[in-house]
Amino acid sequence: MKSAEHIVRDMRSGATTASVELENALAAIKARNDELNVFLYVDDEGARRQAEAVDAGIARGESAGPLAGVPIAIKDNFCTRGIPTTCSSRILEGWRPPYNATVIDRLLAAGAVPVGKTNLDEFAMGSSTENSAFGPTRNPLDPSRVPGGSSGGSAAAVAADMTPVSLGSDTGGSIRQPAALCGLIGVKPTYGLVSRYGLIAFASSLDQIGPFAKNVTDAAMLLEVVAGHDPLDSTSLPEPSPSLVAHVNDGVAGKRVGLVRDLVDGADEDVVNAVEAAAQALRDAGATVVELSIPEFRLGLSAYYILAPAEASSNLARYDGVRYGLRVDAADVTAMNEATRTAGFGDEVKRRIMLGTYALSAGYYDAYYGQALKVRTMMIEAFANAYAQVDLLLGATTPSVAFELGSKTSDPMAMYLSDIFTIPTNLAGEAALSVPFGTGEHGLPVGVQLLGPGRSEAQLFAAARVLEIAQGQ
Amino acid sequence: MSSALRREDVAHVAKLARLTLSDLELDRFTEQLGQVLEHANDMSSLDLENIVATSHPFGLVNVVREDVVRPSLDRDEVLAMAPDAQDGRFAVPRIMGEAP
Repeated sequence: MKSAEHIVRDMRSGATTASVELENALAAIKARNDELNVFLYVDDEGARRQAEAVDAGIARGESAGPLAGVPIAIKDNFCTRGIPTTCSSRILEGWRPPYNATVIDRLLAAGAVPVGKTNLDEFAMGSSTENSAFGPTRNPLDPSRVPGGSSGGSAAAVAADMTPVSLGSDTGGSIRQPAALCGLIGVKPTYGLVSRYGLIAFASSLDQIGPFAKNVTDAAMLLEVVAGHDPLDSTSLPEPSPSLVAHVNDGVAGKRVGLVRDLVDGADEDVVNAVEAAAQALRDAGATVVELSIPEFRLGLSAYYILAPAEASSNLARYDGVRYGLRVDAADVTAMNEATRTAGFGDEVKRRIMLGTYALSAGYYDAYYGQALKVRTMMIEAFANAYAQVDLLLGATTPSVAFELGSKTSDPMAMYLSDIFTIPTNLAGEAALSVPFGTGEHGLPVGVQLLGPGRSEAQLFAAARVLEIAQGQ
Repeated sequence: MSSALRREDVAHVAKLARLTLSDLELDRFTEQLGQVLEHANDMSSLDLENIVATSHPFGLVNVVREDVVRPSLDRDEVLAMAPDAQDGRFAVPRIMGEAP
């Protein structure tokens, strides 16, 4: 499949049309979607309308937008007007939102062609896409294995060459972890860089939208289009979208990179080797790499699995059978609420709602929620101390390559541990990305993680590009 | 803090969260949630007395806009997606008992 950059170039030269690129994408989806369960909904009709509109604009002499003709897959927790939006939950089955998320409107304005909605762990809670009410997504590189999660469908869409790019959301690693497991670039931008308006909330202080792509330039192109201030999201950063594509080839000469032991120790040997090799590639490109220890990172998992469920228990209180989605009838309104939620939510969502309700309840609030909020402060300070010494941090994205379907579903704690290296960034609201670097066990891709302070996306892309070049891409 | 999450704690929390659990589910969730809370106990030994809590990465401040009328969602379009609607409103089952 052509890269997004290639499609836009061909659109500008007249060598292709949005409709041609769309039909290629639809054919690729048709060929493997039954096997892999990537898309929950393919909007052929809407996509064809958008492709024709883009082509008609160019025929009238309008200039091609920054993503003109690029087919794109959207995680099914983004609101898309008139298009089913489920969060992979029975509780929203059949619901069609009356509005678009801000990022969807920006994609349409940029000439991109959204083709459909991708599978996820229910309400983005999970690390394998096995918690979907509509069945698991399989890893296109080895269908006996998971694609990671929660944005597993969006990762698989790109890995299976159905679309060149896709959008996901990352609350504790839900973009970077599936990117690592599917051999893609996946970016968790700075909190507030991308508007969350229309992204269905899981944990509002941690959720952030970001891109999947097969190469750094495509990821930068997509992030540039969706980033920038939005008056409809009160947590949106005030600045316009940063310039990213122009800095992709800035390199890392003179940069200081900290290899964080706490983001490597405990990982499988093939993953550790990949991180060491990435460190060497950055050195070869002129960076200084020093080893650091940030022991606070080890507290991230504990704090996260209190804070995220606490926010989720509040956010998911809105699914009560009154205004949208499922209603299970009962004699009175309270019984209706309870019957609806019991039938509509899957086990993982119930676990997190109960965990969060418990952590916020009288008698336990200080011990769990209060303590976790303070650990969050420690995390922010630990990052700040590190960034006083170095420009960027380096570590593993996940402890292992893609694991087999069903291998962690009965043990929630084992599943949670696959996010151990990605969580600190979300707690601190900073930026990080995963970039594929070599292969590990079973020939599966390994992701290495680059982390930077808030608004450091351009530097992160430049460093990721150095790793791409080191692999001959 | 105690890590011994009891079955009745889970039953209580489920009631607060408006979830009905079977006996089997109660057993399973008590064990699974107990494991997560036990992991969270590594925070309990920390002396965090002098650390300020952070609920939001950049510190939220109220954001206000000019008080001008702007288009909002179409009422009929929103109600069309509701499980039940009546006279331009969301409709729900009885909230209180029959009028005397």
